[in-house]
Amino acid sequence: MKISTLATAKQSALESHSIEIIREAVATASNPVMLYSIGKDSSVMLHLARKAFWPAPPPFPLLHVDTTWKFREMIAFRDQVAQECGMELRVHTNEVAKQEGISPFIHGSERYTDRMKTEALKQALDAGGYDLIFGGARRDEEKSRAKERVFSFRAEGHRWAPKAQRPELWNLYNTRINAGETIRVFPLSNWTEADIWQYIQSEKIPIVPLYFAKERPVVKRGGQWLMVDDERFPLEPGETPEMLQVRFRTLGCYPLTAAMESNANTLEQIIDETLAASSSERQGRLIDHDGAGSMERKKQEGYF
Amino acid sequence: MLDTLRFITCGSVDDGKSTLIGRLLYESKQIFDDQLNELERASDKFGTQGKELDLALLVDGLQAEREQGITIDVAYRFFATEKRKFIVADTPGHEQYTRNMATGASTADLAVLLVDARKGLLIQTKRHSRIVSMLGVRHVVLAINKMDMVAWNQATYEAIVAGFQTFAADLGFVSIQAIPLSALSGDNVAHRCIGAEWYAGPTVLDYLESIDVSKADEAKPFRMPVQYVNRPNSEFRGYCGTVASGSVKAGDAIRVVPGGAEAKVKSIVVWQGEQAIANTGEAITLTLDREVDVSRGQVISSADNPIEISDQFEVSVLCLSEHQLIPGRPYLIKLHTSQVGVTITDIKHKLDINQGTHLAANTLALNDIGEVTLYTSHPIAFEPYKQSKALGAFILIDRMTNETVGAGMINFALRRASNIHWQSLDVNKAARSKLKTQKPACIWFTGLSGSGKSTIANLLEKRLHAEGKHTYLLDGDNVRHGLNRDLGFTEADRVENIRRVAETAKLMVDAGLIVIVSFISPYRAEREFARSLFEQDEFFEVFVDTPLEECEKRDTKGLYAKARRGEIKNFTGFDSPYEKPTTPDVWLDGLITSPDEAAAQVKLALQGD
Repeated sequence: MKISTLATAKQSALESHSIEIIREAVATASNPVMLYSIGKDSSVMLHLARKAFWPAPPPFPLLHVDTTWKFREMIAFRDQVAQECGMELRVHTNEVAKQEGISPFIHGSERYTDRMKTEALKQALDAGGYDLIFGGARRDEEKSRAKERVFSFRAEGHRWAPKAQRPELWNLYNTRINAGETIRVFPLSNWTEADIWQYIQSEKIPIVPLYFAKERPVVKRGGQWLMVDDERFPLEPGETPEMLQVRFRTLGCYPLTAAMESNANTLEQIIDETLAASSSERQGRLIDHDGAGSMERKKQEGYF
Repeated sequence: MLDTLRFITCGSVDDGKSTLIGRLLYESKQIFDDQLNELERASDKFGTQGKELDLALLVDGLQAEREQGITIDVAYRFFATEKRKFIVADTPGHEQYTRNMATGASTADLAVLLVDARKGLLIQTKRHSRIVSMLGVRHVVLAINKMDMVAWNQATYEAIVAGFQTFAADLGFVSIQAIPLSALSGDNVAHRCIGAEWYAGPTVLDYLESIDVSKADEAKPFRMPVQYVNRPNSEFRGYCGTVASGSVKAGDAIRVVPGGAEAKVKSIVVWQGEQAIANTGEAITLTLDREVDVSRGQVISSADNPIEISDQFEVSVLCLSEHQLIPGRPYLIKLHTSQVGVTITDIKHKLDINQGTHLAANTLALNDIGEVTLYTSHPIAFEPYKQSKALGAFILIDRMTNETVGAGMINFALRRASNIHWQSLDVNKAARSKLKTQKPACIWFTGLSGSGKSTIANLLEKRLHAEGKHTYLLDGDNVRHGLNRDLGFTEADRVENIRRVAETAKLMVDAGLIVIVSFISPYRAEREFARSLFEQDEFFEVFVDTPLEECEKRDTKGLYAKARRGEIKNFTGFDSPYEKPTTPDVWLDGLITSPDEAAAQVKLALQGD
């Protein structure tokens, strides 16, 4: 065991509560898995899991649902992280939808998300037979998330019934389920975007370089900057990518994730920019705007 | 990182709760431009404030709520100022949502109680005050809202404050801060009200930023419930948990409870290192100086001041389920990290939460709060809730559906488990059954009235008797004439009926007999309870599966005819449910199999063992 300095800074309540949640989940599950989406929240969640079980590696695998449309830098980062933390990485893609050539550019964000994310996730969970799945969602992200439990119970078929959620009092979580049912656990429920960035800074947690500003090839569509990450990006006649100093506030599939103009290339600058931001982080997520209450509907269908 | 204050807002339907939270978010600049745009659109569609922004819509998250205009679940909201971070639990005010309010209050340090200045203290306000007091919230902000509607009248405000102080005198709040305000205009929420200078106290935001809610948990003796045993290899064995009270450092003497093993703390392991001391609230891993047997659910506590254990408690419990809580029915209790079997032995009374008075009750229905006694299957380590939320709060779980059916707080232990011993007897079951040259057993017949249970049970007993076996038949109707003649046919009484019969059968099996039980026993939970009293190969569940129509056609006792005419209430199969066994030891088709064949089949199953 590597011994660093004694008596490090006192744990924050936020951090210890998340560690408690992760341990409780693992202590009561028979086949847990962590959904790892490569973004900053996943990086923090993974870091907390590693802390919870130190000196052992976390006793569960990482699962990544690869839509095949992630930024290339994300995939490189994913493989590097998995190797470094000594955990098994399981990658799943909806092969049928891939064969059908489902693309966010052709089929629209709603249908694409349904096939390559929601359906793919359900396939991966069924194939793995997991009874408990960690996810990095936070309650401050979106209105329907604000009501989700820390231990979110899913009926057979992964369906979320918002009116039939289990009451959750104190730190007492009812983790009992019947065959076919699953629990999704959100250790970052009470974290805010600012908490995430401050924690990344204080713990020196590695994150995908896309979060930092850099000159990148982008085109403007519907008032938002999209990055041309590979040759599959169908340029309209007369459209040419321009090099612009941009960064990403959240990361997802590159055709569905808008970049922001920014010069912030240190964590300090990102935190300053976040605290002063006048738009919410999910604004860059195109799928949230598919219609009023769209996230709530997607969740009922099994989306994270 | 800044410290976090968790608070709950409560009030009646139109007191302006959601508007106040929306206002706090808005004033602390937590609303982003894109959210404001969406809010403008939503205000047009659902808003109740005319052309104005309806800030309440920021908070009412789910679609159903936006449409109904009420909050139906607990929503958590986050905002921060330069001094503090805040987590707000926004909970519904309606009476049928007591459980949601208790959920929000369970993690709150402070409650903001909203009162409409025009209406004054309502029954709802009092109910909410009692709930937050019961859940151990010690600080209250009495937010007297809509002051603009009463022209900021000081006398109105003071009358409400005085009324509340009298009412709340025995609710145990450490601090009560009254603030006159208008959530709609924001006066006295973030900025002072111009024109109501008679109020010299803080604004809501000032107060929330500065109040000290810390508890002196660190001075208490060390306790850490073991959550997880980390054993990656033979070299390392760590006990993971969150410090519930006190602090710990390397070298401290500890005792593991229940159990009593003692050791010294070798190290406090944290990420990539060790730390010298760990305080209340920290999630840590302890290693000990010698090998002791420690598992999840035990509490590592200071050796000179170890935590107490018991298996009988007096508790306050809130029913969270559509299914009522019934004495005698087996549940699971989860208290800190331990989870064991439990039954409610007695409901002392339920609380009239509106009036604060006690009512007699046999069961607890959804949103009822009662004082009850519990009996756990094993002794567990605990502290009264008033001393420690972490060690005195629990939930009750239904064994069959896994639903969370209750939440409660330990008031005190009825007796210390260390004082009770089973009387150890020299002549035991084995000795008694040897003398009878038989293997004792309990054969449990279940099925609808008229399914043929008693006929088959009777034939079975005759056959066993003819072979020289010592038997006894406990029949539903007969037992109800004696042992259980005080019981009726409500769900609660049926549960007690089966409990007594199961315990009686257990004593008879202990006496070495082959006991045949013939009871409708309609609930799966009770049949499972009965099974749990016996050893694995002693209990045989026999399901006489005769369809309702056939039973009604036979109607040997004329009961179905009476039930049809409405002369009998709570009749199984009609207005009282029968839960079929899913995996009985013997399944008999009551339509095809004759009673003789059926008795032979059961006997075969008994011998086949």
